[in-house]
Amino acid sequence: MFDRQTPHEAIVVRRTQESDTIFSLGLRFSDDELNQQYRFQPGQFNMLYVFGIGEVPISIVSDPQSTDEVIHTIRTVGRVTRVLEKLKPGDRLGIRGPFGRGWPLASLQHRDILVVTGGLGCAPSVSIINYIMRRRQQFGRMAIIQGVKHSEDLIWRERYKEWMQLDNTQVLLAADVASHGWPWHVGLVTELLPQLDLDVSQAATMMCGPEMMMLATAKQLLEKRASAQNIWLSMERNMQCAVGLCGHCQYGPDFICKDGPVFSYADVQDRLPRRNI
Amino acid sequence: MSFRGFLLRDHFDTLLTALHKLGAHCVGPTVMDDSIHYTTLTSSTQLPQQVHDHQGPGHYRLSTSTESRWFAWANGAQALKPLVFVPQEILWRSERDSEGNLQFSNSKQEPPLTAVIGVRACDLAALALQDQHFLDGLEQDSAYARRRQQLILIAVNCTHPSANCFCHSSGDGPEVKQDYDLLLDELDDGFAVRSASPMGEKICQQLQLEALTNSQQDEIKHANLRAIEQQTKHLPEGNLEQALKNLQGSGRWQQIAERCLSCGNCTAVCPSCFCHSQHDEPAANSMSSAHIRQWDSCFSHGHSYIHGMVIHNETRFRYRQWLTHKFSGWFEQYGRSGCVGCGRCITWCPVGIDVTEELHALAEEYDNV
Repeated sequence: MFDRQTPHEAIVVRRTQESDTIFSLGLRFSDDELNQQYRFQPGQFNMLYVFGIGEVPISIVSDPQSTDEVIHTIRTVGRVTRVLEKLKPGDRLGIRGPFGRGWPLASLQHRDILVVTGGLGCAPSVSIINYIMRRRQQFGRMAIIQGVKHSEDLIWRERYKEWMQLDNTQVLLAADVASHGWPWHVGLVTELLPQLDLDVSQAATMMCGPEMMMLATAKQLLEKRASAQNIWLSMERNMQCAVGLCGHCQYGPDFICKDGPVFSYADVQDRLPRRNI
Repeated sequence: MSFRGFLLRDHFDTLLTALHKLGAHCVGPTVMDDSIHYTTLTSSTQLPQQVHDHQGPGHYRLSTSTESRWFAWANGAQALKPLVFVPQEILWRSERDSEGNLQFSNSKQEPPLTAVIGVRACDLAALALQDQHFLDGLEQDSAYARRRQQLILIAVNCTHPSANCFCHSSGDGPEVKQDYDLLLDELDDGFAVRSASPMGEKICQQLQLEALTNSQQDEIKHANLRAIEQQTKHLPEGNLEQALKNLQGSGRWQQIAERCLSCGNCTAVCPSCFCHSQHDEPAANSMSSAHIRQWDSCFSHGHSYIHGMVIHNETRFRYRQWLTHKFSGWFEQYGRSGCVGCGRCITWCPVGIDVTEELHALAEEYDNV
């Protein structure tokens, strides 16, 4: 079996600056056999290791069927990501994974899909959108609601504009604070829910972002007769081992690294309303 | 298991000799820094002589007595945890050559065969919990597994529970029932011996055992009953798992936080606590780096750190996390409570927070809601 407790060497094959603080790294294992063996599901994550510095958990955003590179979109925020940011094509790092339970996309074929995300470059939701866009005919209607704190935080503006033009696809954007010329909603993502032109009681909803945003959205969806089993969310906590041993990612009785990071709302609704869990 | 015989106190060192012959490194209780510590044992003279322990909330003292027995105390701060889940160890190393190529390797070193003498029922129960966590999950912890395979467990039934013990209430003691190689019951002139494994049998064959008399067997039974009677602390009745889930908003957490120093002593001495952090220690020449794990505590600031914020940013959230995990979340994770009633968290808490007292207060609050 693929050893997931010791890193394997990988090479940066591509680096893209997405915004001032967000960048993407396309990685390949140095050992080509590992590239063939390595399989993942959207919503899963890898532990990326920077020599002498340490590891950090990062969501995979590339397509599970693309084997030429595994792409990670990363926000510069801490000790490890500050060094990852400086890596260039050809540089080496360590990678182990994939970890966790991803989005249940395989079981959602032909369903209408709602993706709600809040915050900067929410990588777990990008993996869903990328996956569905590549297999557009296998899914029903698709709606994306993306919220940011400040309009300047929105990355991939061009990509959103392109998606807005697609059939059966609705893209709604919101910024809590908008600078001049922001053409979309100013306010919270939950305020956009009434504008959806899909039946949320039938759709599968997938969310990622601040817990209180996901909670408020889930509550509104339940009021519109969505079922708690049809709402999924990606949770985040400190992760160090990624295999349920180190104890940091515990969220109630769940270990987010192995029982999640994707949970159905039904699984976590007892805890989600409470902060500091 | 039935008794194999009686080992005279004067012959105790034959047990150590038998273990050494098997190639085992012996570890057992000794008095060090005014408390009971597990260290390398080469002779029975190192065992606690004429020693009792006195424990209370935030209190641990040894006293001397005319006691002839060597195991006339409850426990020290350590259990088996540091022997299998060691406080600090290297998980893997990375090497970097001048071109920036990286190579990763992990240690496959075989730890020595280690015989632990003086294991209590609570220690064995905690070891079973750690086994569940480190061995039976999604992926085995190979460092733990290697050490665990090399353990020989020589238990000694506890006849002197401390004032902080509640293993009878947690269902884990004081009598050792399973998961040992050898089990000893200490009487004035020696030890009744039971064996529960092929390894135990092998050791027994090396010992000069006498026949055990009926009165000795009666004495052992009585000692166990007395050890139960001596325990004054107990866990509250009722469904703690549900109670704690419902009490996440209780004001009690703040009351505890006003006393709790968030020092993490309770988690360090807890024989079942498994949290650990990982960090890198690069060599000075920056050509290699060791990836190290060390014990962590849910009372530490960094435990719940996530991109710029700390989820458990106040002591009340940390204590709530610890208690709720131990007495509620653990049921869903491992099918039982994570507490074995050893009382260490009460003894070694510098401000004497008594986990049983807090649980009683919370259970009462739950009953009254």
